[in-house]
Formats: sequence, C-alpha cells, structure tokens
Amino acid sequence: MARTLFQKVWDAHTVRTLPNGQTQLYIGLHLVHEVTSPQAFAELRERGWTVRAPQRTFATIDHIVPTRAQARPFADVMAESMTEALERNCRDYGIQFFDLASGSQGIVHVIGPEMGLTQPGMTIACGDSHTSTHGAFGAIAFGIGTSQVRDVLASQCLALSPLKVRRIEVNGTLKPRVYAKDVILTIIGRLGVKGGTGYAYEYAGDVFDRMTMDERMTVCNMSIEGGARVGYVNPDDTTFEFLRGRRFAPSGAAFDKAVAWWRGMASDAGAPYDDVIRLQGEDIAPTVTWGINPGQSVGVGARLPTPDDVTTPERAGLAEALDFMGFQPGQPIAGTRVDVAFIGSCTNGRLSDLREAAHVVAGHRVASHVRALVVPGSQKVAVAAEKEGLDQIFRDAGFEWRGAGCSMCLAMNPDRLEGREVCASSSNRNFKGRQGSPTGRTLLMSPAMVAAAAVAGEVVDIRSFPINEPAAV
Amino acid sequence: MSQSSKITRVEGRGVVVRGEDIDTDRIIPARFLKTITFEGLEQHLFEDDRKQLAERGTTHAIDQPAFQGAQIMFVGSNFGCGSSREHAPQAIARWGIQAIVGVSFAEIFFGNSLMIGLPCATVTPDQIEKLMAAIESDPSVACAVDLPAKTISAGSVTVPLGMPEAVRSALMSGDWDATALLVDHYEQVEQVAASLPYVSGWR
Ligand code: SF4
Repeated sequence: MARTLFQKVWDAHTVRTLPNGQTQLYIGLHLVHEVTSPQAFAELRERGWTVRAPQRTFATIDHIVPTRAQARPFADVMAESMTEALERNCRDYGIQFFDLASGSQGIVHVIGPEMGLTQPGMTIACGDSHTSTHGAFGAIAFGIGTSQVRDVLASQCLALSPLKVRRIEVNGTLKPRVYAKDVILTIIGRLGVKGGTGYAYEYAGDVFDRMTMDERMTVCNMSIEGGARVGYVNPDDTTFEFLRGRRFAPSGAAFDKAVAWWRGMASDAGAPYDDVIRLQGEDIAPTVTWGINPGQSVGVGARLPTPDDVTTPERAGLAEALDFMGFQPGQPIAGTRVDVAFIGSCTNGRLSDLREAAHVVAGHRVASHVRALVVPGSQKVAVAAEKEGLDQIFRDAGFEWRGAGCSMCLAMNPDRLEGREVCASSSNRNFKGRQGSPTGRTLLMSPAMVAAAAVAGEVVDIRSFPINEPAAV
Repeated sequence: MSQSSKITRVEGRGVVVRGEDIDTDRIIPARFLKTITFEGLEQHLFEDDRKQLAERGTTHAIDQPAFQGAQIMFVGSNFGCGSSREHAPQAIARWGIQAIVGVSFAEIFFGNSLMIGLPCATVTPDQIEKLMAAIESDPSVACAVDLPAKTISAGSVTVPLGMPEAVRSALMSGDWDATALLVDHYEQVEQVAASLPYVSGWR
C-alpha cells in the first residue's frame, strides 16, 4: 500500500506498542544543547541509568553563548555554569561536543544539517521545538521536553502517538523578492497557529521542489509556529547533492547505497493524507507580522485587520495584540518605525540568508536611529560569510557582525531589546517578551526585508527598495 | 523502577487564567531558563504578564488572594504554544497546580505535562466559559478533574472530560512515566537499530 514518508519512517523505527497504546519509537539522532539538558542528565544519574547511544548523540551550545566577548569563563555566571554542566555531561558519557573551540559550534538546527548529521529517513529528537527544521531533509524530527531528553538519553527511544499528515502544496512560482520566510508566514497566517496541532506537515508542490535546502529549512523550521510539531519535505536530488561530501554523510559507494534508501523513503504517489491544502505561489507577498503570535501577519502592502475583519472569538486576541504592539486597527504595516534590526536564528541565519541581506544593504547605511546586528547561525556560516566579504558589507553599512548563536532570537545572552523597542527580526517568534524586554515588540520578516528596514529605519516593501549591486558572491 | 504514581482524581479549588494562545515564553520567560535545575521556577510563573497587569492597576489571576492554593488551572485554547521548555509545566506544577483544564493545548506542552504527571484535560469553548464563570463568581467552589468518571466539575457545573484514551489510562495506571518501559527490553531496540542502514552501516 502507498505510504507517506511519515508513515514509512514511523514504521521503520517502531520498536513496539507500549501498554498504554503509545508507540516506542527508536531515535536515530539526538541533538543536545545547554538549556534543556542539565536536568535530564541529573535525573539520569539519579535513576542510575546511562546514555545508551553516545555515538548517536551530539551536543553544542547556542542559546546562552555571548556573541561578542566569548572568552571563558563567560561574564554571565549562570551561562558559564550551564556550559560547564554540558561539558561535564558530554565528558562523562562520551558525547561529541561541538564547543566554541571546535570551529563547528552554532545553533543546533544549523550545525546538524551543515555537518551532514541530519539525513533523510531518520528520526531526530532535540530538546527544542524548532527541531522540525531537520524535516527539510525528509527526516521526522521531534522537538521534545527535558523529561523526553532524559528518555532518549536512557533508551534512545521516545514514547509517542502517531501524527496525522497534512500535505501543503504550493504550486506555481514565487514572485521576485518573495522568500521562503514569506511562504511559511503565509501558510501559518492561513491555517492559524493551532491549525497544525496533531499533524505533521508535508510541504510539496513546485515551489518546494525548486527550493534550496536552506529555504526548505526555513519553511520546516516554522512548522511548530503553525502548531505542527513535525514538518518535512520529501528528499530529492537537491537533498542528496547538499549532503554529498559533508562530514558525517556517507561517502563513496556508501553514498550511492544511501541515496537509494533515502529515495525510497519519500512519500509514494497515491499515499493517503488526512488533509490536503493547496496554495498558489503567485499569491504570496512579502509578509510581516504585526502581532504577538506568528499567525498575525499581513502582506507588506496591506493594512492591519480591524475588528470587522475577524470572527467574534478572534476579537479579544486582536485587541490584545494591537494594545501590546501600540498599533491601530487598519493601519498600514509599511512605514512602521523600527529601532532594532536582527538578522540571524535557526530560521534565517544560514549563509544564503546572509547573502540575501548583504545584497540588500550593499552601498547603503543603516538608519541613524537603528541598532542593527547580524548573528551567523554557526561558526562555519560565519567563516564562509567572511570569506565572501559579507561581514565587511554589513560593517560598512553600520551593522554589528557577531559570533554564532541564538542571540536576540530569545535573548538568553546579552543581546536583547530595551523597553518598548520595535525589532525587525528574521527569527521565528514574536511572542510578548520574546526578545528579552517584557514590553519589546517584534516584527517577523525575511532577512532581506530586515535589511531593508534597517536601512530605511522603518518597514518597507522589498520589491520597491533600491538594490545597488548585483548579488555579492 | 518507575517513579510514577496513579493519578485518578484531582480535587481542590480552581484558578482561571484567561487568554488564547498563551505561549511558554509568557508562562516562564526565557531569562529564568538560565538554571541547571527546575527549583524555584514557580516564583517566576507568568512573571512579565503579572508585572504588566500590576502596572495597569489590575491583578493577574495567580496573584489574586482568592486563587492562592488552587490545584486546578483553567485556561483557553492553544495553551503552552511555542518553545518546548519543560520549565513551563514545571513552573505551573511547582506553583501547586495538579491538573489543567483548557479548550486545547499545544502538543509539546501537553506531552511535557504528561511526562511530569500533570494531566491536561480538554473541554469545549462553551464548557470552559461555564466552568470559568462558576469559579470567578465564587473562587471557593470545589473543583475536580475525575479521570475514571471522565468528568470535570466546578461547583454545580459538571462537564465531560476530553483526553486521549492512551493518556487517560497511562495516568490512571501510573504508567505515565514511560522511561522505565522504554529502558526495558533494550534488545528489541537494538534489533530495530540494526535494521536501519544508517545505523548498521551502508552495505
Ligand atoms: S535560534 Fe531561536 S528558535 Fe532557533 S534554537 Fe535558538 S532560540 Fe530557538
């Protein structure tokens, strides 16, 4: 019988059905970071268990690393102690740790794919909700909590119930200067922030077929913002070519064997779906969020909703969001003054994102009232960008060029908003307080749009922004 | 050596936390995640929301004297969306909450709560309104989440409890902490691993 990729991966990794009806699922790759793991290791010790598969477990630090002064010990005592805890746990259990000295440190969802750890047909778990990113490779990747991190450490398994599968087809072509970020923001805006609860999202159709791996990662990354714990794209030649030659990817004859297996894990034609949604690429505009959840967005040329535009149950949410943001119903989003511009995160902190943004800022200056920073997603991204001179383009324009980490995506390090600042951000969450100031405000958009906003000092339409030079290569 | 206990009926007073899509950044802001234990998180539960309401002269539910000592939290829809931080249900549980009733829960939050033995039960929007109204009009009313009877009550209001059967039975049998089950029979796990070419080697 025809099966989806989700079903195939689920079947291949099922150990048994547990007495409560859940499935015991084998996890092929476990990624660990400093924030959600210390309590898991502590419980592991307390219960007298060990790490079952240290060779399938990899760690890095990303959330709390300072992106400026990175010398140890860190100035922030708690950041230092979390780092030390992870170092000790990795040492005690023989887990490979990509630390600051490794040259491979970075946001966990950037470095996994970058090193070829993330591969099609795998099950992947990480104590972070954006683990869905890895689905771009046709893996089934679960964001988990700390108790489940403990479970995976202790058993290399999770107890889970299967998800339904919704196929989201985007056909046709995207208009110029419409990016992967706009596609996923539009999908979330359409289906809502809880529309994906209970589902895995399979992204399919012309637009995803043509996307690069970086773009697919941007889309899968934000599945969770739509309520879907898992999102994936079926693996294809784009996937395989990305993996070829990467550090942990198979090589030589093994690579060809792997490609055959990977290809076989893709959804079969005629596979059953619980739901199918279709969108047209031409209908997608550069998109900006105006509210306090990622579903509250509009095309950059459009106006914020008014109470008449939404259903009665949505009115309280609209009022709360407008009140927090200090916006008026029906006002245009373009022209909104920004104080901070942040380019980075596991959504849009990869090399291609920095290229796009550099292309926009080249020859321009950041507006005098804007504080702008670029935080590469990984050390490797930073090095590659510097090799291309992107850091210089950003610096010349008045951006700060930082070390790799999560930074102002969630502000667990010194990078944060102050007071009611408005931030044009390439990250994934615009929740109240997300960027470190309880009253700070976040506008999510593509990195190119963030770059344009930094220069203009306000939200502008990237389609009419004067771009000076051909793409920096 | 499971450490779980059987969870059948949670009784006590209720606390009503209104609002839709309350994300985990609001439940416990990220700056309080700088810790290597879960201890003391309850002090920062909803901290920024509480402060902002206080500045406007109103009081967040969990600061209201009438709701102190509550055991059951009543919430809206998509509660706990966002980050996978288990710190969120931990902060709620450590504040004294033993069950949460809402219209819907974000999936990771629901699973994280189950992992620490904190049942999340669902009701319809109409039903949550009735339950919340009963508690707000008299915060001292007795509330209960009854898993065997599949009911939720607040004072004279009783409504059916929504919960996946696997979750309900796991809570009642004490199997909600699955780690011990997962650790057992590791040979079966090894068999599955050996059947996967990316684990056993591409031959
Ligand atoms: S970049 Fe942001 S969303 Fe991504 S892992 Fe870091 S904190 Fe989470």
